[in-house]
Amino acid sequence: MKDDSKIGMSLIVKTITRLIVGPILIFGAYIMLRGHLSPGGGFAGGVIIALSFVLLILAFGRDAKVSKVSINLASNLESIGALMFLCVALLGFLGGSFFLNILNKGVPFKLFSAGTIPLSNLSIGLKVGVGLFAIFLALVILEGTKKNK
Amino acid sequence: MHNPFFVTYFVIIPLLSAFLISIIGKYVKHRYVEMVASISCFLLLVFSLQGLNILRKASDSVLVYKLGGWALPFGICMVFDGLAGFMLFTVNLIAFLICLYSINYMEKYTDKPKFFTLFFLMLTGMNGLIITGDLFNLFVFLEVASISSYALVAFGTEAEELEASFKYAIMGSVASCFIFLGIALLYGFASTLNMADMANVLSTKPSNWLIPFVSVLFLMGFGLKAALVPFHGWLPDAHSSAPASISAMLSGVLIKTLGLYALMRIFFNVLGVSGIYLSALMFLGALSIIVALVLAVVQWDIKRLLAYSTISQIGYIVLGIGLGTPLGILGGLFHLFNHSTSKSLLFLNAGAVDYSINTRDLREMSGLKQKMPVTANTNLIGSVAISGIPPFHGFFSKLIIVLACIQRGFIGYALAAVIGSLLTLSAVMKMQRYAFLGELKEQYKNIKEVPFLMKFSMSCLAIICIVGGILLLPNLKFFLDSAVNVILEGRDYGRLVMEASIR
Repeated sequence: MKDDSKIGMSLIVKTITRLIVGPILIFGAYIMLRGHLSPGGGFAGGVIIALSFVLLILAFGRDAKVSKVSINLASNLESIGALMFLCVALLGFLGGSFFLNILNKGVPFKLFSAGTIPLSNLSIGLKVGVGLFAIFLALVILEGTKKNK
Repeated sequence: MHNPFFVTYFVIIPLLSAFLISIIGKYVKHRYVEMVASISCFLLLVFSLQGLNILRKASDSVLVYKLGGWALPFGICMVFDGLAGFMLFTVNLIAFLICLYSINYMEKYTDKPKFFTLFFLMLTGMNGLIITGDLFNLFVFLEVASISSYALVAFGTEAEELEASFKYAIMGSVASCFIFLGIALLYGFASTLNMADMANVLSTKPSNWLIPFVSVLFLMGFGLKAALVPFHGWLPDAHSSAPASISAMLSGVLIKTLGLYALMRIFFNVLGVSGIYLSALMFLGALSIIVALVLAVVQWDIKRLLAYSTISQIGYIVLGIGLGTPLGILGGLFHLFNHSTSKSLLFLNAGAVDYSINTRDLREMSGLKQKMPVTANTNLIGSVAISGIPPFHGFFSKLIIVLACIQRGFIGYALAAVIGSLLTLSAVMKMQRYAFLGELKEQYKNIKEVPFLMKFSMSCLAIICIVGGILLLPNLKFFLDSAVNVILEGRDYGRLVMEASIR
């Protein structure tokens, strides 16, 4: 993380961002992984994870290269997320029905329970998070080309 | 009893190919992308033919597929019946031919894999909307199809296309809001989202102010999606600025699936409407026929002309279905199929002209028949088929609609349909006259006929236009009859689906 005071927002914002990005990321993962037990799920968790990246770019500026995720990788990961979700649904065919929950359901209210639902949450989280981030990157790039004209 | 397994493939195949193409499109040659696209479109066509085969054996068959094995009012289900089979065949037939056409046509644009990704997402939305038995799923698939079509309209990213897409997106979102509000109110009233269960609940509960209110919301929402006349403002822009293959898809099947099919399903099978709503549908249909055609005749842009003509043909379908008699519904549905094929053909012709000489203005073209015989002849066939000249298929459907109007005693509507037919003829003949007949202009001496696949799909559609009338023969009539029966059965749909789900 390059600390160039010329680009991005003020030092206060950058410091706060640096402190808070980790907790936001962990909170997003928590929402995503416990989606089958408590309110939340793949969509909400994915949005929170994407917002932590968005916050980094907002605070440190577009050119600071704070995130390693390029727009190409983001769009690939998004498609992979969608395919993963479809695969989880297709997994049900092994048990005889589309979307059938064939994995071991486990004990209710434990983290590893509910069969394929955490897997679906993970893939939706990947798709939504990366998709939202890709939209943000596209907007940032569009803004850049407008200024260059 | 048939295994309803194949029903899920209508959603799985296009969804899988959409995201597969989006990943592999960046790393492999375009040839492989085209191969994946045409193979999956072909598979979809085969599965829809399998569905027709089931209907041929027993035209009243209802197949219910329970997702995840959950029993009916609680789980989400997919329902395959006569109407769904009819629509699936229409959609997937047109989609297959347009997919072949796009392989050559999209060379004009830069990013073919992105195009096919969006194309398959749109197809997922349409197939899912047709096959689903759940009201909220219907909304989700409607949004999948609409949003990918907004992106496809803007595919050229010129100012004109972006403006059209923006207008389309705004109007489409307003329509979705109406539909969503209607679904939410119905859910609050009936405490269920399953369409079959909802039909059962609504037929036992005493009716109150909510049902008329929801019906009007749905009429506005789906009317906007189907571009009936007071709601048609977005259609000419969107359909004329999209790539030609997408115009054909939008005009041929998208507005019929998103607008008309969903309207029919909800109005007849879930709400069980009658009387004044059907009168409203008939009035809107007749209004669309006349107003849109008057607007169509004065257009000079080929695709705008065809887009206005689409609105009027939608009017015919709505008029036929609004009559509510078996004959009227038969005519409406038959015209739906006929219009899908002939209007797709005309849009593909417009795309072929655009592909060769890079303009859509009728005043700038002339005498193209000498250089593009296939395009000109298929265009002639499509034109006479859509305006209802015997023995092409459009004649039979329009005849049935006019007869059904007279049978119910609506002479005025019958007259509107006949006048509309004449105006259609003058509109499409204007295209024929200015584009293909006359002297060949100097600057077009060196143009060539379009590539093979474009010619192939145009010829296939032209053949369907010529022989389409055979669908009324006794051996093939199950195709239309099973769909008509589903509409006529009304709220019995709920009972039939519930019985089929237990079997």
